[in-house]
Amino acid sequence: MTAPLLKVDDLHVRIGARDRQVHAVRGISFEIARGETLSIVGESGCGKSMTSLAVMGLLPRTARRESHGISIDGARIDGLSDRAMSDLRGLKLAMIFQEPMTALNPVYTIGNQLEEAYRRHNPAAARGDARARAVYLLEKVGITAASERLNQYPHQLSGGLRQRVMIAMALMCGPDLIIADEPTTALDVTIQAQILRLLRDLQTEFNLSILLITHDLGIVARTADKVAVMYAGEFVETGTAREVFNAPAHPYTRGLLAAIPVPGKTERGGKLAAIPGTVPSLTDHLEGCSFFGRCSRAVPDCALGHVALTEPSAGRAWRCRRPYLEEAAHQGGALS
Amino acid sequence: MMVYALKRAVLGLAIMLTISMAVFALTNIASDPAIAIAGEGATATDVEAVRQRYGFDRPVVERYAEWLGHAVRGDFGMSYRQQRPVARVVLERFPVTFTLACLALGFSLALALPLAMFAALWPNSMIDRFAVLTALVAQAVPTFWLSLLGILVFSVELGWLPVSGSTSFVHYILPAACLGFFAMPAILRLTRAGLLEVLEADYIRTARAKGLRTPTILVKHALRNAIIPVVSIASVQFGYLLSGSVIVETIFAMQGIGYLAWESVSSADLPVVQALVLVTAFFYVLLTLFADILNAWLDPRIRIA
Repeated sequence: MTAPLLKVDDLHVRIGARDRQVHAVRGISFEIARGETLSIVGESGCGKSMTSLAVMGLLPRTARRESHGISIDGARIDGLSDRAMSDLRGLKLAMIFQEPMTALNPVYTIGNQLEEAYRRHNPAAARGDARARAVYLLEKVGITAASERLNQYPHQLSGGLRQRVMIAMALMCGPDLIIADEPTTALDVTIQAQILRLLRDLQTEFNLSILLITHDLGIVARTADKVAVMYAGEFVETGTAREVFNAPAHPYTRGLLAAIPVPGKTERGGKLAAIPGTVPSLTDHLEGCSFFGRCSRAVPDCALGHVALTEPSAGRAWRCRRPYLEEAAHQGGALS
Repeated sequence: MMVYALKRAVLGLAIMLTISMAVFALTNIASDPAIAIAGEGATATDVEAVRQRYGFDRPVVERYAEWLGHAVRGDFGMSYRQQRPVARVVLERFPVTFTLACLALGFSLALALPLAMFAALWPNSMIDRFAVLTALVAQAVPTFWLSLLGILVFSVELGWLPVSGSTSFVHYILPAACLGFFAMPAILRLTRAGLLEVLEADYIRTARAKGLRTPTILVKHALRNAIIPVVSIASVQFGYLLSGSVIVETIFAMQGIGYLAWESVSSADLPVVQALVLVTAFFYVLLTLFADILNAWLDPRIRIA
C-alpha cells in the first residue's frame, strides 16, 4: 500500500482559557489513503467539527491544537505558520461547510468567488483561465447554464445550488483532500441524495480523498470506505464501513445503529429507540469509560482508569472493555 | 439598480414635499406671522396693515401653493430683516457650513475607521480598549466645552491656529475637529461591532478555507459587508453636522447657516427660516438618497427592495 494522503497522529484540541478549558478532541489518530473516504460519525459536541477545522488550520482563535503530527503526502503541516498553511488551503486540501446559505459572501457574484479561489493559487493565470475553470466545474457539479450563473449572487440560488457552488469552489485548484463537514445536513432529503452521489462521482473522477464529517449513519453507509465513531472527543470504534455496520463492537455504535428507524420494521407510533443520557461535559478530566453513564453493559470496573483502544487488526479498533464480540456476526446479519 | 435608484428618488421627492408642508404650517399656522413681524407694542391696526401688506389674509392653501411654486424655482422671497432675496442670503452662508461639515465628517471617518478596524481585529487588546474609551469620551464631552478647550490650547497657548473666523482653510481645522470628534463615536462603534460580527461569519471561514490571505479577507470580504450600515449612519451624521454646527459656528464666529438660523429665528425672519429648514432638509434627503444608492451598489440584496 502507498503512503496515506492524510495522516493525523494523536490530535488534541483544547478550547478556552486555562481555568475553564474544554478538551474537545482527546488524542485521535487516523489515516486516509488517496481516493478513499473516511467518515467521522458522532453526535453534536463530540468534537468532530473541531477535528476537521484542526486539520484545515481554521480553528477559532480561542482553540489550541496539539498533535504528534499531521501530514499530507508525507509532508508535515502541523508546524506551519498560518501564512504557509494558507498556501496549502484550497490547493492541497479544501473544505465544504454545513451551511450553504451563509458560506458564500452575499456581496460578490458566484463567479467572482470561484475565480478568486483559482487565482489565489495560480497568480500567473489569465483571467479567462479562472473563468473557464469555473464554468467547467459548475457544469461538473451539475449546474446548467453555468456561464450565466457566474454573474448571479448567492441569494439568487437555492440551498442545493449553493452547496454545488461550494463543492465547485473546493475543487477549483484540484485539491487532493476534501473535508466535508456535514455537507448535506442543511438540505432537503432529495437534494441530500443528489449531493452525496455528486461527491461520490467527483471522487472517482478526480481521485479525491474525502474526510466526511456527519451525524447521519445513513450517509456513512452510502459513502464511506472507513468509519470512525467519535464520542466525547475520542474514537470509540473504527473500521471499514462493512465491519462497523455489520459487526459493531462498541455499545455506543450499536446504540446509534439501533436508533435509525427502519420503514416496515420500526413500529408505527411506537417509541423510537434512543440512547439514554447525554454526552459527558468535556471540561473535566474523564475517569473511566466516557460512555459509562449511558451504557447498558457497563460494570463497575468500567468507571475506573482510562479505556485503551483494542486493535485486533490494522484499522479495526474499539475502545471498550465489554465489546459485543460473539453476538456480532448474528446481530450484524439483522442490521444489514 | 436604476429602478431602485429611481424609486428612492421619488421617495425622496415625497419626503421633501412633506417637509415643505410642515415648514410652512409651523411658520404660518402655528404662529401668526403678522404679529411676529409687527413686533412688540404694535397696535391691532398695525398688525392688520402688516397682514395686508404681506398677503397673510389670503387662504393658507393658496399661500402655500404660491410659496412652493416660487421655492422650487429658487425664489424664497425677501428677507424681512435684511431686505435682500433670501436665496442670496442663504447661498452666501451655505459654503461655510458645507465645508465645515465635510471636513468634520472626513475627520471623524479618518479617525474612526482605522481605529475600529484594529479594534475588531484584536478584540480586548490595548488598541481595542483605547478605541472604546475614545468613543466613550468623545460621546460624553460636549462640543462647546471641547471647542473652548481647543481654542485655549491650540490658539491661545500654542498659537498654532486662529481663534475665530472663516476666511482661510486653517480657520476650519479646529472647528471641524471639534465637530467631527462628536460625530466619531457612532461611526467607530458601528464599524467595530459590524466588523466583529462579520469576521465571525461563515463566508469569512470559507474565504480562509480557500487559502486567501488575511489582508484580502479583511478588505475584500469583511469590510465591504461591515461598511454597509456605516454608510447609512455616516449620511445621517452628516445631516447632524450640517444642522448641528450652530454651536461650533457661534463659538468660532463662522458665518455659516447655523449662525444665520439663530439670527433669523431670534428676529422672526420667516422666509429665511423657511428656506434654511427646506435647504437643510433637501441636503439631508439628498444624502440619504446617495447613501441608499451607495449601499445598493455595495450589497446586491438591497437592489431588489
